[in-house]
Amino acid sequence: MSKGNRPLSPHLQVYRWGAHMAVSILHRATGSALAVGAVLLTWWLVALATGHEYFATVQGYADSLIGQLVLFGITFALMQHLASGVRHLFMDMGRLYDLKVNTLSAQLTFVFSILATIGVWYAGYKVMGVL
Amino acid sequence: MTDMKTPLAKVRGLGSAKDGTHHWLAHRVTAIANIPLILFVVVSFVGNAGKGHAEWVAWLKQPIVSVLMILFIANMVHHMRLGLQVLIEDYVHDHGLKFASMIALTFASVLIAALSIFSILRIAFGG
Repeated sequence: MSKGNRPLSPHLQVYRWGAHMAVSILHRATGSALAVGAVLLTWWLVALATGHEYFATVQGYADSLIGQLVLFGITFALMQHLASGVRHLFMDMGRLYDLKVNTLSAQLTFVFSILATIGVWYAGYKVMGVL
Repeated sequence: MTDMKTPLAKVRGLGSAKDGTHHWLAHRVTAIANIPLILFVVVSFVGNAGKGHAEWVAWLKQPIVSVLMILFIANMVHHMRLGLQVLIEDYVHDHGLKFASMIALTFASVLIAALSIFSILRIAFGG
């Protein structure tokens, strides 16, 4: 049987990761992470409505190292979900299906989410006067 | 292959879930609405970073901010519920567990929305 240039069907041992697959899987993962973010945002709003003492407690958790790491992760999840969501909207309109453009747009979602996450945190710390 | 659908079923286009494309469409519409709303939330949170209780309350009390935050919560929670529903449909195969997960998801979504919106209104109308 001639192997030639024939495409291989997905096979667990010869599977190669590509940006398009990573983005697709990450869209679900980041969406789930953002559900945790929604719960945290609710907690924060309830604390704000409860009063300054409880708000200070919750703000203390947010300002801790673990709190900052969680919030940083949620920022990245948000930016990645946003970029890949916009990519999905274009795909819903029948665009971005050319293989090269599809991969490039998947890679661009990472470029956006990494730059946007760093930008948001840099701006936030700048506003706080930490940097 | 013979098409077993009746002409009426074809026109209705509701499919086996009897829900048609409503879920899919609502997910997209809430996604589009989320774009400007989340940009507002991110810009606000960065702009007010490090502020204390009184300043955050003053920020949220502004009518435009209160309304935009309520819109964001309602739209985001709806989008979240639709997305997590797909995850449950795809990954939870046991029928009983799937049913229980769906109910739990719906209750949790409504609870999140109610707590958030009540908190916003309490601050907006509070003294």
